[in-house]
Amino acid sequence: MQKMTNSALAEALNSLLGERIVASEELYDALVVEVSSADAFSVIETLKSDPQLSFNFLTLIGGVHYPENAGRELCVVYHLHSWKHAIRLRVKAYLPAEKPSIQSVTSLFETANWMERETFDFFGIKFENHPNLTRILNMDDMDYHPMLKEHPLEDGTREDKDDRFFGR
Amino acid sequence: MMNANDNLIRLSNGQVLSRETIDGDIATINFGPTHPATHGIFQNILTVDGEKILNSVQTVGYIHRAFEKLAERRPYNQITPITDRLNYCSSPINNLGWHMTVEKLLQVKVPKRVDYMRVIIMELARIADHLICDSIIGVDTGALTSFFYPFSEREKIYELYEEMCGARLTTNMGRIGGFDKDFNPVFHAKLKEFIRTFPAAFEEWNGMLERNRIFMDRTKGAGPISAERALAYGFTGPNLRAAGVDYDVRVMHPYSSYEDFDFIIPVGVNGDTYDRFMVRQEEIRQSLRIIEQAYNNLPEGPFHAEVPEFFLPDKKDVYNNMEALIYHFKIIMGESEVPVGEVYHSVEGGNGELGYYLISDGGRSPYRLQFRRPCFIYYQAYPEMITGSNISDAVITLSSINVIAGELDA
Repeated sequence: MQKMTNSALAEALNSLLGERIVASEELYDALVVEVSSADAFSVIETLKSDPQLSFNFLTLIGGVHYPENAGRELCVVYHLHSWKHAIRLRVKAYLPAEKPSIQSVTSLFETANWMERETFDFFGIKFENHPNLTRILNMDDMDYHPMLKEHPLEDGTREDKDDRFFGR
Repeated sequence: MMNANDNLIRLSNGQVLSRETIDGDIATINFGPTHPATHGIFQNILTVDGEKILNSVQTVGYIHRAFEKLAERRPYNQITPITDRLNYCSSPINNLGWHMTVEKLLQVKVPKRVDYMRVIIMELARIADHLICDSIIGVDTGALTSFFYPFSEREKIYELYEEMCGARLTTNMGRIGGFDKDFNPVFHAKLKEFIRTFPAAFEEWNGMLERNRIFMDRTKGAGPISAERALAYGFTGPNLRAAGVDYDVRVMHPYSSYEDFDFIIPVGVNGDTYDRFMVRQEEIRQSLRIIEQAYNNLPEGPFHAEVPEFFLPDKKDVYNNMEALIYHFKIIMGESEVPVGEVYHSVEGGNGELGYYLISDGGRSPYRLQFRRPCFIYYQAYPEMITGSNISDAVITLSSINVIAGELDA
């Protein structure tokens, strides 16, 4: 098994996807590419079916909330893994908070079913064409999505653990 | 379940069956959430036709403790106790995996001795994890003796944990950068004794089950999954290997110097309960081989990396040395400098690929920390694995895929 380098992967992605990659950077040991949210499904489909790269395994789907990022508040991160080349790739798609919706990849990877339900549960991201997009870990009648940054973990009046007091 | 018309039966998952295909009466039963056979808080609402399972609907989240949210308010060293409570059958793997993730973010290179010490601890944890899982398959097939035998061996592993960290189950072991202390003489003695006596004790226990006619008849063909389906469902670890796929994080992305050791990855053929049992048994033998190699070649040197911002100084230095006092204060108050960045690191946990996706914005706590919990990901295949089988097969399938409630519900 020949391990692929990140730069070789970046080149291969460029020739495969070209303009569809909005941004690309190498963070520590992994390549991270950003695609538009409308394009995410077809990019992942291409990466999976491409015989050269063959990203055959979906490791993880997760959400991230950046409340200060106007128009790009929510981020969906797909962790793909190509066992052929023993290389990982993260694909990110940003969504606006008003309409956080993205195509579900359950039809490509069945394992995405619960990962997307979890992301919906905690971030409120709607996955279109998901077979059963309901809450999974929290109770069904919960009326908010707890991992969003506007829901503080601790009492908001508590000041002893604030970064401001330590010069940050 | 309701009757759409006299001849059709609609199940709760929307599936419609013709009444002619049903042998007896259809019943809906609760398997769990608290039941001796579920070994944790899992609920499965089964629709059964006599003994045969037609459909199953899972409820998860009974012990959800919001670990990912908690982690967003805790300094990095205080996240280690959270990881204990994921897969609590092999807590040290979770602890050390987290430390390696932070070291990757800090770009710290740990000494070779730390790598080998970690390998020894993690493989001990893997043995403890697999001992529990395989002995519980025995219990669920009616062989209670095979549950008690390995517990004396697991006890020895827990005593080794105690020497390293004072705790047994929720270990909170090690530090970012290495360990808080080196192996002590008692640890050395107990580990040598374990390496010497474990194989015979293991084979004695293994002999009760491996070629036991009753055990084989009960487990062969129970809860099978094909390699293709297992991959689609994101299986990793022993459950995937039992289906015949040789994916192992220790080999594909070696961490902690796993490339130095000689071991094989056992794979199964049918992906059924017996194969999962056999894969775990062989992994126990391989883990012991790794421990022997690591212990016999344990390099000399420090037991931690030089990361004063994260590794607590000696207490006597705290009282006599200005820098040590400052670092002590910064670590205890959670004020160590953390670079901005994001990393994904994964280790081969007891159940599969245990991953940590860490995003840091330079603050005192992670901006976002997500755990890849292998149990959560493969448990969604459970209805497919038990549909068409008997209730008793559902019980041994559940124990053989080793779903740990703590890891499932985060």
